[in-house]
Amino acid sequence: MIDGLIIMKRQLLQLIRLPEVLIFSTIQPVMFVLLFRYVFGGAINTPGTDYVQLLMPGIFVQTVAFTVAATAIGLSEDMSKGLIDRFRSLPISRSAVVLGRTLGDATLNIVVLIVMGLTGVLVGWRPSSGALSIAAGFGMLLLFGYAMSWMGVLVGLSVRDTRVANSVVFLFVFPMTFLSNAFAPTTGMPKPLQYVAEWNPVSTMVAGIRSLFGLTNQFGATANSFPSQHPITMSLIYIILIMVIFIPLSVQKYKKVSPR
Amino acid sequence: MNGDFIGSEAIVITGEVIGVVIVSKKYAVVAENLVKTYGETRALDGLSLEVEEGTVLGVLGPNGAGKTTTVRILATLLTPDSGHASVAGIDVVKDPQKVRELIGLSGQYAAVDETLTGWDNLVMFGRLYHLNVKGAKERATQLLEQFSLTDAARRPIKTYSGGMRRRLDLAASLIIKPKVLFLDEPTTGLDPRGRLEMWEVIDELVKGGVTLLLTTQYLEEADQLADEIAVIDHGRVIARGTSDSLKKEVGGERLEVTVEQSKVAETAKLLSELTQSKAHIEEGLHRISVVAHGGSARLIEAVRALDAAQISPLDIGLKRPSLDDVFMSLTGHVAEEILTEEEGGKKKGKKDKRGNRK
Repeated sequence: MIDGLIIMKRQLLQLIRLPEVLIFSTIQPVMFVLLFRYVFGGAINTPGTDYVQLLMPGIFVQTVAFTVAATAIGLSEDMSKGLIDRFRSLPISRSAVVLGRTLGDATLNIVVLIVMGLTGVLVGWRPSSGALSIAAGFGMLLLFGYAMSWMGVLVGLSVRDTRVANSVVFLFVFPMTFLSNAFAPTTGMPKPLQYVAEWNPVSTMVAGIRSLFGLTNQFGATANSFPSQHPITMSLIYIILIMVIFIPLSVQKYKKVSPR
Repeated sequence: MNGDFIGSEAIVITGEVIGVVIVSKKYAVVAENLVKTYGETRALDGLSLEVEEGTVLGVLGPNGAGKTTTVRILATLLTPDSGHASVAGIDVVKDPQKVRELIGLSGQYAAVDETLTGWDNLVMFGRLYHLNVKGAKERATQLLEQFSLTDAARRPIKTYSGGMRRRLDLAASLIIKPKVLFLDEPTTGLDPRGRLEMWEVIDELVKGGVTLLLTTQYLEEADQLADEIAVIDHGRVIARGTSDSLKKEVGGERLEVTVEQSKVAETAKLLSELTQSKAHIEEGLHRISVVAHGGSARLIEAVRALDAAQISPLDIGLKRPSLDDVFMSLTGHVAEEILTEEEGGKKKGKKDKRGNRK
């Protein structure tokens, strides 16, 4: 456990030594906030609410979902540079490196969410629920990001090259975040896709966060399905499911992995 | 110890009493019949070796011979398909965690964090070796001093030269004063100056009494640093012995003469008679080489003899034995580079560099 924290500290130290990384990992979500707010905001009709209120939960979830990319790319870089080999030759527990990595990426998520939230406030985002609900919303976001990070561990340790990690993740996460209620109503989609969107963990997360931030989810709930009725429960189930599946797989993979 | 080992030892080290050798030596590293396959490639094909406590074993071989695979198995990074290996008497497969507390690894693949400074890295690794914060910092200061990196301590590794990087890498593997140190091609890719600096550093360590297993592609390096050399090819040890005994086997210096194509046969015959040894001909290059005991005296004789026979060489010279020469005399073929999983990234095809034997 201590070993994991030391590895995590290494990642945070990297941010100090190379602040560009932090800047660029926050600049993209901030850019998304601004683009969606001003490009789609005018085009999407949201009776009774500003688009930005609905947008912010969506973009928060998208950002933490991309933790899978950060983790995968970071780990596969460590692998190709031989750092993982060095770690594996040390008398530390077999889970320390991946644990540290996921904790590090989770910490980075906190910073990114804060910056995004402040940007959101600047462009008119005002969550209307109480402080506790809002905190619970952010807690869920971090938890979801952490679960996604473990998915990233498996990808990062499985691919042979960082570029592959990058494209694998984007091919998977990009559609996942857009085939959802994050940015636009799912009602505009063809019927089969609506079901996919409805059951998509990104949608349940977004719907859950919206309700925690005191909004009605105008972008979902077409099919009256279980996930759209109980977004928070469903999201928590997804989070647990992802962790239960990917943590053991990732640790197992780490034990066996050898670069190239 | 198994029978194979006794046999191979007996062939290479002449003059030692075999029975006594086995009983009296205390081995820090033992590998027996290691086999590791990657798909169709047999990276290790029954490799056995031992490193006596407090000595340096140089594992010499071309790319793809199995050097890195051997180190990775001994350093607990890879599990062999079959065979046994132990470090300081501890089985690397059964008790890897205990082994990790006793070894240091540095080389081609084991690396440091390039974004962080030298100091950051050493402190982090110190902590991961379970030193407390103060201890880790003290050790980092010591090591930076020892490896002349104090001035660069606060700079990110990215800004280091190749030689500095390797030294820091080596420093990171010495944090706990390991019982056994593995260095995988410590000077590959360094410029001559970096190589010399690295040799000095390693030499210092060896004087300090560390048990070292070092892999290299350079005979010169093994010669310089190792007490004993194991030559490996196709995943097996094909010869072992001290640098001197290997050189004896290789035949020391070789005389190389390049002539016009029409004169190749005649020159070969002449040189062969002159030196009383078999001439090796590289047809394409019109180059003939023979073992030349006696060095420059032989060279002068050869020049005179060629002159008398009215053969004017395009090139003539003495060559010190290289890895290729060791391979030539041990296996009859030039060191080959074989594509294996471990070097898959380099995408080197199997090169056919077999020498033309007479």
